Amino acid sequence: MPDGMPVVTSRSTTRAPGTLVAADAGSEAVIEIERLPARVDGASGAEGQSPTKAKMGALFWVCLAWVALMVLLAIGASVLPLKSPTFQDYSAVNVGPTLHHLLGTDDLGRDLLSRIIYGSRVSLVIGFGSIALAMLTGGTLGLFAGYRGGPAGTVLNAGSFVILAFPPLLAIMVIEAFWGRSLFKLTLMFAIVAAPQLFRVIRATTLATANREYVIAARAFGSKTGRIMLRELLPNVLPAAISFALIGVAVAIIVEGSLAFLGLSITLPTASLGNIINEGVQNNNLQINFYIALWPSIYIFMILSSLNLMADRLRSRFEAREVKL
Amino acid sequence: MARYISMRLIQLVVIIFLISVLAFLLVHLLPGDPTIAILGPNDTPSARAELLRQLGLNRALPLQYWTWISHVIRGNLGSSFLTKQPVTNAIAVAFPIDLELIVVSQLMAFVIAIPLALIASRRPNRLFDRLATTSTFGMLSLPTFVIAVLLVLVFAVKIHAFPATGFTRISQGFGSNLRSVLLPSIALAVGSVAVYYRLLRADLISTLQEDFVTMARAKGLSTPYILLRHALRPSSFSLLAGAGISIGSLFTGAFVVEVLFQLPGIGYQLVTAINSRDYLMVQGMALVAAIAYVIINFIIDFLLTVLDPRVRHA
Repeated sequence: MPDGMPVVTSRSTTRAPGTLVAADAGSEAVIEIERLPARVDGASGAEGQSPTKAKMGALFWVCLAWVALMVLLAIGASVLPLKSPTFQDYSAVNVGPTLHHLLGTDDLGRDLLSRIIYGSRVSLVIGFGSIALAMLTGGTLGLFAGYRGGPAGTVLNAGSFVILAFPPLLAIMVIEAFWGRSLFKLTLMFAIVAAPQLFRVIRATTLATANREYVIAARAFGSKTGRIMLRELLPNVLPAAISFALIGVAVAIIVEGSLAFLGLSITLPTASLGNIINEGVQNNNLQINFYIALWPSIYIFMILSSLNLMADRLRSRFEAREVKL
Repeated sequence: MARYISMRLIQLVVIIFLISVLAFLLVHLLPGDPTIAILGPNDTPSARAELLRQLGLNRALPLQYWTWISHVIRGNLGSSFLTKQPVTNAIAVAFPIDLELIVVSQLMAFVIAIPLALIASRRPNRLFDRLATTSTFGMLSLPTFVIAVLLVLVFAVKIHAFPATGFTRISQGFGSNLRSVLLPSIALAVGSVAVYYRLLRADLISTLQEDFVTMARAKGLSTPYILLRHALRPSSFSLLAGAGISIGSLFTGAFVVEVLFQLPGIGYQLVTAINSRDYLMVQGMALVAAIAYVIINFIIDFLLTVLDPRVRHA
């Protein structure tokens, strides 16, 4: 979803009974949408299988492998036999895909394959880095607020609503205009925007789990709060959290791409997927050599659909387990 | 009900206050002397002193906020240091363009998504449903900026069906105005189609399993009649909620589309202002856009509460 991309949002406190709470945190409406069909499919159960038998399916592993491959390429970019992403070869300007340049070159004679792999570093660092940070902070606080609650929980909850009230892309754009930009600052801002959303999902899931018999039993045995949170609650909250975090990564990649496309992500000589597409649109490049814009678009589509699909599978599996409980 | 609404109103006021504080503090994120950063190094000392007085930068922080907010409430957001145009003017000129983009794209999205969902939910898991469901899943993985670029490539560059850039105001002709916003609106609509289709399909499928639908079938009513007259209305709540929620993402999605197609809406103006370091313009637009976003969300929440008895009594 596009900004639908699309990140995004103040959540309403009101919700129809049938709607799952994770939607509350929805940066994107995407999250909301995908929950529902999964449930309906499970309910119709045309396959006649018990819902607990839900398997990840081969597609999940293909997607995981693809994302892992992209991450490895981004990490190993400087070790791999790639051409320099900034070297301008004026004898090979705008060449199509050849053996020498697998994806061709751009209007300045730079190798597109290497620009995309180097450019993906920015998207992946911001995407995975900010969500990991948000998981650590927002997730931990969510677990705490869901289990212990109390005045601190109320304050945290109100705080999350305040941050969610800001339109994320707008907030990031404007703050970096005044504060300056760097990979670190961008990752930090993305994490701040994402943390309250993860906080809300994890808090809601924890609330739903906190009164299960095994938690009460653990409490009766005299287990400490920390132990209950780590050993009883965390394993049950994690599947929902990871599934939601994957969508968070996808949304962060979209927002970073939009910023870069607007020329407002990392500063220029550094390639990033969004600014390669932007360069592909400038100076009549769409007419002369549309590959410049096409390849990074395909890269983004592949990585986003992999992430969305993995999240979808994880969620239906997690929900199947809920049914069993 | 009255209590709920007044609680929400208090929340709204608190959030708007916080937004104004944050917008006010933005100027303090600037490195160095803010008057130099805002006016540039070549302006006269008197202009600098004037700005200093207007921003109240030489006083204590709460007093500064008070000075600033009392200007803002009287509609004075300062003026662009480049064009000297008052920020409020610039916003008034730009905002209708965002509005038009959002309205046109949402109309398109509804016109496409609702029939698709009706046809698909008639026979779930059959060919049509699978095709539509899979392709909308794919559409969710296409950010607006990718869709917009692909649309320009196909419709403007390859087959010259639409102008690639530029905007014609309604006052200069309705037809050419519509032509100039058509491609940008399609780019925005694609994501919404996917969202709305999936929401409505899921609700329709569960509504069609209700007893009253079985009853209608038993009475011998035709399937199209049942879908339209019996099933659509009780199934449209998530759709409306989804439409409300996605306004925020549309608003920022519109930024990207405006820059690509060079439509002078809020997003285009904001990006131009950021690139030319026109800080007061950025601050004013951010303030107005964020407040508009919060108020729109509030109104939608309110409407959903009024429309749906389940939420009202929850």
